[in-house]
Amino acid sequence: MYQAIVFLPLLGAVLAALIALAGARARCPGEGPPAAAEDTATDTGPHHYAPERESGSVIHHAHHEPEIHEPAAAGSRTTELITTTLLLISMILSWIAFVQVGFGHHEARVPVFTWIASGTLNVPWSLRIDTLTAVMLVVVTTVSAFVHLYSIGYMEEDPYRPRFFGYLSMFTFAMLMLVTADNLVQLFFGWEGVGLASYLLIGFWYHKPEANAAAIKAFIVNRVGDFGFALGIFALFYLTGAVDFDTVFAQAPALTSKTLPLFGWRVDAMTLICLMLFMGAMGKSAQFLLHTWLPDAMEGPTPVSALIHAATMVTAGVFMVARLSPLFELAPHAQDFVIFIGATTAVFAATIGLVQNDIKRIIAYSTCSQLGYMFVAMGVGAYSVGMFHLFTHAFFKALLFLGAGSVITAMHHEQDIRAMGGLRDRIPFTYVTMIIGTLALTGFPLTAGYFSKDAIIEAAFVAHSPVALYGYVCTVGAALLTSFYSWRLIFKTFHGEPHDRRHWRDAQESPMVMLIPLGFLAFGSIFAGLPFKEIFAGHGVEGFFASSLTFAKSNTVLDDMHKVPLQIAILPTAMMALGFLVAWHFYIRRPDIPVELARQHEILYKFLLNKWYFDELYEAIFVKPTKRLGLLLWKGGDGWLIDGFGPDGVSARVLDVTRNVIRLQSGYLYHYAFAMLIGAALFITWFMFAFR
Amino acid sequence: MTIGLGHYLSVAAILFTFGVFGIFLNRKNVIIILMSIELILLAVNINLVAFSTHLGDIVGQVYALIVLTVAAAEAAIGLAILVVFYRNKGSIAVEDINIMKG
Repeated sequence: MYQAIVFLPLLGAVLAALIALAGARARCPGEGPPAAAEDTATDTGPHHYAPERESGSVIHHAHHEPEIHEPAAAGSRTTELITTTLLLISMILSWIAFVQVGFGHHEARVPVFTWIASGTLNVPWSLRIDTLTAVMLVVVTTVSAFVHLYSIGYMEEDPYRPRFFGYLSMFTFAMLMLVTADNLVQLFFGWEGVGLASYLLIGFWYHKPEANAAAIKAFIVNRVGDFGFALGIFALFYLTGAVDFDTVFAQAPALTSKTLPLFGWRVDAMTLICLMLFMGAMGKSAQFLLHTWLPDAMEGPTPVSALIHAATMVTAGVFMVARLSPLFELAPHAQDFVIFIGATTAVFAATIGLVQNDIKRIIAYSTCSQLGYMFVAMGVGAYSVGMFHLFTHAFFKALLFLGAGSVITAMHHEQDIRAMGGLRDRIPFTYVTMIIGTLALTGFPLTAGYFSKDAIIEAAFVAHSPVALYGYVCTVGAALLTSFYSWRLIFKTFHGEPHDRRHWRDAQESPMVMLIPLGFLAFGSIFAGLPFKEIFAGHGVEGFFASSLTFAKSNTVLDDMHKVPLQIAILPTAMMALGFLVAWHFYIRRPDIPVELARQHEILYKFLLNKWYFDELYEAIFVKPTKRLGLLLWKGGDGWLIDGFGPDGVSARVLDVTRNVIRLQSGYLYHYAFAMLIGAALFITWFMFAFR
Repeated sequence: MTIGLGHYLSVAAILFTFGVFGIFLNRKNVIIILMSIELILLAVNINLVAFSTHLGDIVGQVYALIVLTVAAAEAAIGLAILVVFYRNKGSIAVEDINIMKG
C-alpha cells in the first residue's frame, strides 16, 4: 500500500510525460525527436513568439491570451483523468495509512532497493512510515489531489495541459519521496526533486520573461539553502559514518561533546550541523533572508502556488526540522536561532503583506509569515504543535490560493486587488470559501487555524528563554498584522464599489470542477483543527507521534502549555478581532484613511511596498558584484588572459608569420627561379666545402 | 696566345651569368626567359666540350649532344605552352603571369 501511495503519482507523471511527448511530436513533426519532457519546456519553438508582441502593459492579462487560438495538445483530457484519478487513489490510501499508523501504530519500513553501496556509505531506498510521515502523506496527497481536480477547470484554456499535469504529478512524487525518506540522502533526493518541479512549474508559462526570471530566482535562492543542507549531511556522515536516520539518531547523543574545525575555530558539532541543516530549511521554507523567491514564485499558475508554494513544498523545511528533532533537541543554540528566524519572518512578512496589491502576493507573504510561526514552534521544542499548524495551514492556505485563483479567473486574469471590489455578489461561493479560509488563517475560534496558531503562541510563551519571549512577542504582533491584511484582502476584493465595472459585470462563478475542491478545503479549514487538537497539541502527542518525534527530558513545553493564564490564551483572539476591526474601519467605513496614512508616512509605506528593499539590497550586495566579477572573469580572465595568450594569441602570431610569408610568394616566375638559383648555389658551395 | 681551358671556362661562365640575369632582370617577355635558359644550357655545353677535349674523354661531348637534344625538346614544349597560355590569358608579359601569388 505504501508503495502505491508513493509511486502512483510517479506513474501518473510518466504517463503524462509520454502523452505530452507524443503531443509535442505531433505538433512539430519536423524538429527532430525531443529527448525528454523537459525539452518541451525549454524549447521555445518557432510559433511561441506571441508574448514579445504584447509586452509590458498586459503582464496580468498575458496568461493565456497569446495562445488562446492554439489547439489543446492531444490527450489533454486523458492526462487530466489519469493523473487526477491516480492522485485520488493515493489520497484515499494515505488517509487509511494515517489511521493505521497514527492510531493503530503500525509503523513500517518498506525497503525498495539498494541505491548506493560504496565502501562504508550505504544508502538503501526505503520508505519510512511513521506518524510524522503519515501526517505529511495526508497533507500532500489531499492538497495535491484537490489541486489536480481544480486545475482541470483552471487550466482549461491552456494548450499544454499534459505537461502541466505531468509536472504536478512529478512534484507530488518527489514530495512523497521527501516525506517517506528513511535516510538523509533520500531526503535530499526528494528535496531537490521538489525544487526541480517547483522550477518547472513556476516557469510553466515560459514565454513570459517574468516567469522565467522567477523560476531561476527560486532555483538559485534554494541552492544557497541546499548548500548548507548538503554540508550538514556531509558533517553528519563524517561524524557518524552513516546517513540513515536510525543510526544517526542513535549516535547523536554521543556527538554533543564533539567539536568540528571551522575556519580555525573548534565549533560545537551539534550546533554547527543543526545550523547548516536549518539553512536548507530556510531556503526551502522561504525564511527571513532567503525568502525573496517565494513572492516571485507567484508568477506560476495559481494551482501551483496553492500546492507547492503554500501547502506542501515550502513546509518541507518544517518537516525536516521535525524529522531531525532528535538532533535539534541536542542543540539549544541552534533552536534559539530557529526561533529567532521564525519569529522575525512571521512579523517581517506580515508587514509587507499589509501594503501589497497583488492578490497572490499578499497570500504568498502570508504563507511566509505562517511558516515563521511553524519554525517558532519547532524552535521552542513543540514539534507536534508545529506539525499541527503545518497540517491546518495546508488546508486553509490551499483554500485561499485556490479561491484567489477563482477570483482571478472571474476577473479575467486581473490580479490587482485595487481593480476589484464588490465581487461578493458576482461569485458568492468563492466569497464564502475565501471568508472561511480567512477566518481559519486569522485564528477565528473553533476554526482550524485557531487551535494550531494559538498553540504555537502559547508554546512560545511557556518556553522560558529570552529568544522564546521574542518569538512570543513577534507571533502575537504577527497575529494582529495577519488579521489586518487578510481582511483587507477580503474587503478590497469582495466588498465596496467595483473599480473595474466591465470586469465586474463579466465576472462569473467558476465551473463546478473548481468549486468542489474549494468546498472540500473549506470543510478541512473548519474541521481540521478540533478533532486533531489533542493528538497534535494536547495529551495525546506521546501516544500519537510515538517515536517519530523526540522530546528531550527537560522539554516540558507541551505540558506547560496547558497552564497558561487566561489573558495570554485569549490574547491572539483579541489581536485577531482588533485586526478585523481596524481593517473594517479602514476599508469599509472610511476608505480614505489608508490613502491618507500612506501619504503621511510615505517613507514607511514605500519601505513596506518595496518589501523592505530586500531585492534591491541583494541586487547591490550579491547580484551586482557577482555580475561584475563574472564580467571581469569573462572579459579579463577568459577573453584577455586565456584567449589572448592561448588560442587567439597563438593563431594571431601564426597569422602574422604567414602574412610575411605570403609576401615572398609574389607569383612572378623570375623570383622563384632566382630563389632556386640561390638555393642551388648554396648547395653547391656547401658540397664543395663540406666534402673536400 | 693560345686559347686554353681557362678561356673556354670564362666564356661559359660569362654566358651562364648572362642567362641567369636574363631570367630575373627581364620584365618583358616569357620568351626571353626561355632564351636565357638556352643560354645557360649552352654555357654548360661549352663546359662539357671544353673538359672533354682537355681530358681527352669523349663522354663529355656525348653529354653535350644529349643536352642539345633536351634543349630542343624543352624549347618546343616551352613555346607550345606559351602559345596555349597566350590563347587563355591574352598576354605573355612576365608582369601578368602571377597567378601563383599567395
